[in-house]
Amino acid sequence: MRSSALKKEKAVAGRFGLYGGRYVPETLMAALEELEREYTKARKDKKFRQEFERLLKEYAGRPTALFHARRLTKELGGAKIYLKREDLLHTGAHKINNCLGQALLAMRMKKKRIIAETGAGQHGVATATVCALFGLQCVVYMGTEDMRRQELNVFRMRLLGAEVRGVESGSRTLKDAINEAMRDWVTNVRDTHYLLGSVLGAHPYPTMVRDFHSVIGREARAQILKAEGKLPAAIIACVGGGSNAIGIFHEFLNDKRVKLIGVEAGGRGSGLGEHAARFQGGLPGVLQGTFSYVLQDAHGQIALTHSISAGLDYPSIGPEHAALADSKRAEYVAASDAEALEACTRLARTEGIIPALESSHAVAECIKRAPKMKKSDVVIVNISGRGDKDIGILRENLKIG
Amino acid sequence: MSATKESKSRIRFTKNSGLVVYVTCGDPNIATTREIILAACRAGADVIELGVPFSDPVADGPVIQRASERALKNGTSLEDVLRLASEVRKETDAGLIVFSYLNPVLRFGLERFCGEAAKAGVDGALITDLTVEEAGEYRRLMAAHDLDTVFLAAPTSPDQRLKAISQACKGFVYAVSRTGITGAQKQLAADAQDLVKRIRKFTRLPVAVGFGIGNPEQFAQVGKFADAAAVGSAIVQLIEQNPGREAQAVASFVRSLKSGVSSAATSQS
Repeated sequence: MRSSALKKEKAVAGRFGLYGGRYVPETLMAALEELEREYTKARKDKKFRQEFERLLKEYAGRPTALFHARRLTKELGGAKIYLKREDLLHTGAHKINNCLGQALLAMRMKKKRIIAETGAGQHGVATATVCALFGLQCVVYMGTEDMRRQELNVFRMRLLGAEVRGVESGSRTLKDAINEAMRDWVTNVRDTHYLLGSVLGAHPYPTMVRDFHSVIGREARAQILKAEGKLPAAIIACVGGGSNAIGIFHEFLNDKRVKLIGVEAGGRGSGLGEHAARFQGGLPGVLQGTFSYVLQDAHGQIALTHSISAGLDYPSIGPEHAALADSKRAEYVAASDAEALEACTRLARTEGIIPALESSHAVAECIKRAPKMKKSDVVIVNISGRGDKDIGILRENLKIG
Repeated sequence: MSATKESKSRIRFTKNSGLVVYVTCGDPNIATTREIILAACRAGADVIELGVPFSDPVADGPVIQRASERALKNGTSLEDVLRLASEVRKETDAGLIVFSYLNPVLRFGLERFCGEAAKAGVDGALITDLTVEEAGEYRRLMAAHDLDTVFLAAPTSPDQRLKAISQACKGFVYAVSRTGITGAQKQLAADAQDLVKRIRKFTRLPVAVGFGIGNPEQFAQVGKFADAAAVGSAIVQLIEQNPGREAQAVASFVRSLKSGVSSAATSQS
């Protein structure tokens, strides 16, 4: 019964093993085909690539540093820990990479209205930012629960000139924001580009968004070779939709000795609805355009999820991660809300870096794993974003002072 | 126009006023849905779309979203919908189409779904988020059980997609009247007539037009260029607004569509 429906499909573009594909209302198909065509052309266009790279460098602030975390390494007493500092990018997270790429594409397609969804608000802020930069109209859908817990980012988006539309349906989080963005896109597809913020959704999004973020892994690989003269034993990244993780993993996929570890949100318990760990209780299914692991009930209804981190609070996962999990090329583990909070504090106090609550899940796994590794091993943790946006939640949850 | 002879399908449309009625099964409950369907059939509906509620209905507007939420709160599942179909089948010869998003069908099991749907006397299915490219296995299994496969055609679909869609359809082609989600509109989009004309280049199957049709004037207008009109949100809204007398309200609305006169039920709401 498990996914047998789709097993016999022929290999087509946009498939990662069994996963991926295009599961959308017919109205969107022409737009997805146009996007795929335009992206295929753009990636071969030297001018497009140069412009994208120029913006990454001059506007976003690439390359980001690879920082040796000496005090954390010493405290944990095992592997040598490096941090890939995506938190230093303009707007405070890796999300800007993808937003610059897609905004350039939208302009090639002459679409002047941009819509986006956001969970933690990082993708919404990055989208609002590039829209301001290029003079594009911007509408961001955000669950009202996320608006409450990430109110600083809501204000930032509005300051940047974006319209933020609250979504009241379902759990009022990321999934519901995507539903509403898809409804907008179905309605306004002729003049609107949907700037999807993760490696989710229908083809070509998972491939395209990955490509825009793959610069993270390319930089990290060159930087670690320069610093250590060898590849890392492991790379650790948090996984909501999975864009920062695939961005840093991708360049290392063929380096079979490099362990790739994705960290999902373990939330506050193992029951359905208490977490967002798709590989611990999820089953293959279709949600919002793609076939991947999905947290769902016995009748195929999508489950509610919980995580302290809005950016990881999503019932499905990018289809390429599903394929990497099945093939065991990558390993997926979970960190709980409490572990993430503890990791956030620990990194703040050992290195003077406050990571986003999403990235704190990766730090938590590093804290568990590094002591068990050899001192000669190197591990890279992707610090996908900074924790400024989480100050409110941190203050609520940490008893400091 | 009628379905092809070799098919056992009951899908056929009254000339000039073919009507497809959509209901979200389990809203307000399965027993009432059954009454509503039988009342709609007696009042002249040719085909009933049995909507399977889904937690994340991306193609639907607020009216059907609310109905899905109510139906899910009652615990309505695809299994319940198929059981309902077999009960309804005992009392009517109208065409019955299961209308669902893909995930509940996948979770149920595609092969099991086809087997149980055929056994229940269902004539076919329309899966909102399943496009022809991804539908190979689905079409094979549906055909093996002699079930019709209805796909959506959209105003944004270029001719080459309309051709593939027309070839993959059995029973009828569902033409989406405009870009957008489900929900009644004041005006019927000009897109619809053009789309039907383009579909007819590729198929002799009946074409039903849906999305946004909610009154007798629009119904009559569609009747001039399509084989049937599909009415969903307007019906679901009547159900929402007439607690305790859902079936009567729907029946009088269906009669008003068929006779071209506004019904008491709609003016009451």
